[in-house]
Amino acid sequence: MSMLQVSVYRYNPETDSAPYMQEFQVDTQGRDLMVLNVLEIIKQQDSSMAYRRSCREGVCGSDGMNMNGSNGLACVTALSEVVDKRGKLVLRPLPGLPVVRDLVVDMGIFYKQYERIQPYLQNDTPPPAIERLQSPEDREKLDGLYECILCACCSTACPSFWWNPEKFVGPAGLLQSYRFLADSRDTATRERLADLEDPFSVFRCRGIMNCVAVCPKGLNPTRAIGKIRELLMANAT
Amino acid sequence: MSNMRSLTFDAIIIGGGGSGLRTALELAKSGRKTAVLSKVFPTRSHTVSAQGGITCAIASADPEDDWRWHMYDTVKGGDYITDQDAAEYMCSEGPKAVFELEHMGLPFSRFDNGRIYQRPFGGQSKDFGKGGQAARTCAAADRTGHALLHTLYQNNLKNNTVFLNEWYAVDLVKNANGDVVGCIALCIETGEVVHIKSKATVLATGGSGRIFSSTTNALINTGDGIGMALRAGFPVQDIEMWQFHPTGIYGAGVLVTEGCRGEGGYLINKDGERFMERYAPNAKDLAGRDVVARSMVMEILEGRGCGENGDHVLLKLDHLGEEVLNKRLPGIVELAKTFAHVDPAQEPIPVVPTCHYMMGGLPTNVHGQAIMPDADGNDTIVNGLFACGEAACVSVHGANRLGGNSLLDLVVFGRAAGMFIENALNEGIDYLDAVESDIDAALARMNRWNESSGGESIPELRAELQETMQRSFGVFRQEDQMQEGVKQLAELRERIGKAHLGDKSNAFNTARVEALELDNLLEVAEATAISALERKESRGAHSRYDYPDRDDVNWLKHSIYTPLDKKLSKRDVNFSPKTVDTFEPKIRTY
Repeated sequence: MSMLQVSVYRYNPETDSAPYMQEFQVDTQGRDLMVLNVLEIIKQQDSSMAYRRSCREGVCGSDGMNMNGSNGLACVTALSEVVDKRGKLVLRPLPGLPVVRDLVVDMGIFYKQYERIQPYLQNDTPPPAIERLQSPEDREKLDGLYECILCACCSTACPSFWWNPEKFVGPAGLLQSYRFLADSRDTATRERLADLEDPFSVFRCRGIMNCVAVCPKGLNPTRAIGKIRELLMANAT
Repeated sequence: MSNMRSLTFDAIIIGGGGSGLRTALELAKSGRKTAVLSKVFPTRSHTVSAQGGITCAIASADPEDDWRWHMYDTVKGGDYITDQDAAEYMCSEGPKAVFELEHMGLPFSRFDNGRIYQRPFGGQSKDFGKGGQAARTCAAADRTGHALLHTLYQNNLKNNTVFLNEWYAVDLVKNANGDVVGCIALCIETGEVVHIKSKATVLATGGSGRIFSSTTNALINTGDGIGMALRAGFPVQDIEMWQFHPTGIYGAGVLVTEGCRGEGGYLINKDGERFMERYAPNAKDLAGRDVVARSMVMEILEGRGCGENGDHVLLKLDHLGEEVLNKRLPGIVELAKTFAHVDPAQEPIPVVPTCHYMMGGLPTNVHGQAIMPDADGNDTIVNGLFACGEAACVSVHGANRLGGNSLLDLVVFGRAAGMFIENALNEGIDYLDAVESDIDAALARMNRWNESSGGESIPELRAELQETMQRSFGVFRQEDQMQEGVKQLAELRERIGKAHLGDKSNAFNTARVEALELDNLLEVAEATAISALERKESRGAHSRYDYPDRDDVNWLKHSIYTPLDKKLSKRDVNFSPKTVDTFEPKIRTY
């Protein structure tokens, strides 16, 4: 037996007047489990434990949560990455979003900011009979942008998003915004930039790079935001 | 439940993966009142995990490429129980559907000339098998499913599709005539149960790989659509045909794309031998997936497996070099490091055949209409019920699907179902309304769970079911072991019927969802088991020690499993494509 102490944020709106932390003992049998595996073991002990999960391999973005103080995906975070030898595992929902139940947050405002940047290709010329051509160099400009899985780890690690989730698009939405600005096939650059010109949408980013530190896909929203700033500045002059 | 709210749509699409979103997109453009109902936010659907690409003769890698060659490969790959009219439709319509995806913004990788990048995949040939290996799989690095699913979701946003996200479809509602007129659905966030009325109900619920304990499938792949259809009395076709993907990461089950072998990787045994040269001298590591999976198991059984227990083989990629790996297979590098603790640029990845894809499903025509054979074996249409994607068996995959054909299936037949439903709605659809007893019938099993007061726990029963399937219905099958499996499943049905839902709360109750999913796993597992036992031959992915040969005299047929009597019957395969000559069955070698 090698017991891991796990402390999990619990809240059921039907029965709990306030959230609380519940302690569990999990037998890891000495294995370096993923945090999601630990949650599965806990759910066998207590079927009322609620969390989201789907692909269990880090591509669907369901199980973003806060593990020992840092946002990440439970399914690709090994215990050895977050727990020191004698330490315990503390699991909380992603910060800054309303809690639906236990580790499940209401992602409404996060999705709203994603939709706001019009996350789809816009091209006002009639499509050819085959694909639109794109050089490998132009296509390469989308690397590091299109891979986003909408897990919300970045935006919910961002103090600017915590303060202004209605007005600041947030790192995830802005990464997506730049994914379309950078696409040689998109012709709506002017309109996209016009929509971001106010003091909040982009400029609330203070460059503290929490988003970069937590992105489970290794993406760099801060760099994308910097590129949008450059475009906005160039547009203004 | 007379106080239950009802929602009315022209069409309800159950499932927010590739096929559901493609159907929805077509219908959203039509201005009809439609909605997608998905138990997860759509981009969390399993399509997101598809890696290697979408196979289609867009003639980019090879300007001479021809969709007929793709069709030939597909029919041969399916071991000749692929419906040739359906394969013809998919392969000929495919380029249009792929170009549409590109126009929607899908970030395909590119060749120097700016066209879409295509890589070689298993079972691909030029000139009807005579011209050597083809490169026909269109790719966005090794994240094609992710790119495709996000692109479809984005374009549904653009077209204002209505989404019921994190809603769970419980059961189909049938009227007195047996037409499907909607479903019962559960809002996961609030626990509210709603009657959804619809003129067209589309099952785009994907596969059910979670019936096995070792699978590449997401945790959500529990065969919900198949379970609903079987409970409603509709048949399933070729459900014994399960693809075991050659390269699931040993221990974790996570998929490693066939694109690795397409880019030049190969499998080795404990002696370092490239053993596929012995089993498939021409195509080698790019033979059909069933062939490669069986060869790997043979190596392991004959004592040439790797590791302490000799129970896996190795996928060698290091010779491709870091640059190719990082450019073409970046996701694989990441997964190998996370789940196998190896850097593929340095060491090979331990892999083992792993349940991956359900070739069978709800029998449909190319428009997605569900089919039910009548007493004389003639096809009849089920009014109001449609299926597409992995949940459907149209059948383009026959007894073994080719790599890259699943994504093409999703978009071609999702689009076809959407177009057909739009026309049907314009012409007018009028079915009898469901009455209270019809609705009560669809509520019965959820009520059973809600009223359960004791009994066995859901995770334990689920694990037992998965172990039973793994033991008795794996890569190689035989009579006595399958008999045993069928018996165990019958016992499990008894026990699951009395199992206990401990948590009866309303808000985001995932225990209730898992209970409802368990019923579906059981339906799919039992249909699989009985069909596998009854198909007395070896064909494609269905491989029996006791009947090692293909039997075209008796079994060049689809199997049809009917849930009410749990019996298997046969249905004719289509050998009548419209514009090309029939591909006659031949001995299948690679």
